[in-house]
Amino acid sequence: MVGTLFAILLYLATLLFVVGVLYRIRVYSRTPAPLKIPTTPAPINTGGVVLRMTREVLFFESLFKANLWTWGLGWLFHASLALVLLRHLRYFTEPVWSWVALIQPFGVYAGIAMLLGLAGLWVRRLFVERIRYISTPSDHLMLVLLMVIAASGLLMKFLAHTDVIAVKGFILGLMYFNWQPLPAHFGLYVHLFLVAVLLLIFPISKLLHAPGVFFSPSRNQADNPREKRHISAWAKQLDTSQLGPNDMGNAK
Amino acid sequence: MSATITAPAYRIIPIIPALKPGAMEDSKPFVANDKIQEALGFPGQLVEDWHDRAIARMGELLGKYRSLKVYMDACVHCGACSDKCHYFIGTQDPKNMPVARQDLLRSVYRRYFTLPGKFFPKLVGARDLTREVLDEWYTYFNQCSECRRCSVFCPYGIDTAEVTMAAREILDCVGYGQKYSNEIIGKVHRIGNNLGLPGPALLDTLEGLEEDVKEGTGIDVRFPLDVKGAEVLLITPSADFFAEPHIDSLIGYAKVFHATGTSWTLSSMASEAGNFGMFIGNYEQLRKIAMRIREAALELGVKRIIVGECGHAWRVAYSFWNTLTGVGDGADANDRFAMMLQKQLDHRYKQPMHICEFTWDMIEQGALSFDKEANDKHIITFHDSCNVARGSRMGNFAGGQFEIPRNIIKAVANNFVEMPSSTTREQTFCCGGGGGLLTDDLLDLRVKGALPRMEVLQQVVDEHGVNFMACICAICKAQFTKVMPIYGFDRRMIGGVHQLVSNAIRLDNK
Repeated sequence: MVGTLFAILLYLATLLFVVGVLYRIRVYSRTPAPLKIPTTPAPINTGGVVLRMTREVLFFESLFKANLWTWGLGWLFHASLALVLLRHLRYFTEPVWSWVALIQPFGVYAGIAMLLGLAGLWVRRLFVERIRYISTPSDHLMLVLLMVIAASGLLMKFLAHTDVIAVKGFILGLMYFNWQPLPAHFGLYVHLFLVAVLLLIFPISKLLHAPGVFFSPSRNQADNPREKRHISAWAKQLDTSQLGPNDMGNAK
Repeated sequence: MSATITAPAYRIIPIIPALKPGAMEDSKPFVANDKIQEALGFPGQLVEDWHDRAIARMGELLGKYRSLKVYMDACVHCGACSDKCHYFIGTQDPKNMPVARQDLLRSVYRRYFTLPGKFFPKLVGARDLTREVLDEWYTYFNQCSECRRCSVFCPYGIDTAEVTMAAREILDCVGYGQKYSNEIIGKVHRIGNNLGLPGPALLDTLEGLEEDVKEGTGIDVRFPLDVKGAEVLLITPSADFFAEPHIDSLIGYAKVFHATGTSWTLSSMASEAGNFGMFIGNYEQLRKIAMRIREAALELGVKRIIVGECGHAWRVAYSFWNTLTGVGDGADANDRFAMMLQKQLDHRYKQPMHICEFTWDMIEQGALSFDKEANDKHIITFHDSCNVARGSRMGNFAGGQFEIPRNIIKAVANNFVEMPSSTTREQTFCCGGGGGLLTDDLLDLRVKGALPRMEVLQQVVDEHGVNFMACICAICKAQFTKVMPIYGFDRRMIGGVHQLVSNAIRLDNK
């Protein structure tokens, strides 16, 4: 019964996550950027933009310039989360890919590091006056949500084990529409429920920073406005209306 | 009002100030009257249905500007920007933290355009658009100089300038415009420049300048106006025509053109480089003001367009002119609008070109020579102007906007000192008067906003005896001339790079 409810919840959450994020990406990519506004000095060609974006996404270059504490804690959290997610791939493939098997122990440490990073970020949010001022209840709850997900996962690893073979069976069952029971385990229920919540709120919350960063004009534009005319469709219409019949002769 | 304005104390160690909520809630510029508003096609007074119109306009802007849409969604309230704004540092008002300023608009965006904001407004900090919120927008979006310093540090590149521009555009559309900026835009359209200097007066001024330079140097340096067939059209801020110290840089440009034998002209139709359309975030005004340069260039048949010392004007020229008017290169062959002009321009040169790029090219080619000793009385530092530093470029490589002006200073003077690196180049602090805030009704804000720059200037004054701060922006020059005395500096400490060029350049009678 609980297994069925979780199956429905996870299907729904995954569907809304995928549809929601794709919809957002579609909106971002279809909204025109009428003016060249890279924060300069900026790369002068596309290759440079790819490098800039890579540094931004992998190393949080701008945040590094801004504040070492926020950068350290934020990067620790994100890098650990990435490792933890990769570690979880073992629940989704049979047989487990060899490199996923290889990173398993690191993934465990990453789980702890992720929790520490989140805790540090929350301490900052609670006790640094400026950051507390700008925080909304949802900012705090988001950290709590992620911390409980991490903590419940670690709990199952270290204290109250669950039947991971059965969990894997359940997940593979979801993937191949061959449904299997979910082990009865309170920690697991909490973990899966909150992951579903995270997926659900992703496309309607500040978690949109993940796809958003790739569409940020101040970061993804090349600095070449003199060399190439940049014009959006709606701005182009103003040009056309400006050209009178007399101008057409001149333009030849 | 100005009698009571004093400079805030320097921070002993530049620590992040404690918050003083509400410190600047009474600082707001004069509201534009109906005559000023209507001249730009905005409603004269706050309209009855301002609420619906504001939300509708916000929706339109979200659909037209990817920057606004992404920036509204992406902020995670990490606080990276929170201590980066000069107005926050100087005023300690938490609503002058870039993220808090953005949130004034973002809270309304969330309420009307996002699901969580519609259903759980308190949870995500969403607010109804009330009259109080609208007034708060007017107050605090007129305390941002659109300098983009925050965007350097944001992990998503969120640029508060874009948010401020959107907010001001919404305010204009509901009839709640700012007097200073909108009055100036009216003058550009009516008279041709921000200062309202009509053509005959401009001609008089230029003739007077020719006499002054003749008297000073014995050489006939020309200041041509509306000369058809000139090689270069110079577009410069109108302050260069009579404000101090701006005029000394204009003399510098003229001497450079003279010494290199370049035929050039000013235009009475386009006697203004400044473009306050950017400050108010209105694309149509931005474009309309820029179109005067296109028209002047076509009419005069010039081959090159060079821009004088003006920060936001150079951002508009460098980053936007090609888009707005076709002044640039690389338009589609079937782009008739742009090709009309681009076929006329000489593409062996950058179009448009900054006067510093021109002068530096000439120095590198050996076409100019200097008596550097003429500047020996100055120990010089360089203030990077925000729009040049973070919204434009010079030369062929990223960061040329930092190197080229410094190279010129070092070529024309012997004593050059840098201010601390956390306050120069892309991390430079705004002068405190940019973005349409250079008005006396905001003097208190301007003085406080200058604090971070004044602190480090004091440092190099104490350590190295600096007595001249060069810059390449008309607004910086005007702002510092006004606020530096309040901090106990001589107002003549601020000047242009081409003022230094002018002091040292060797001229012969051509």
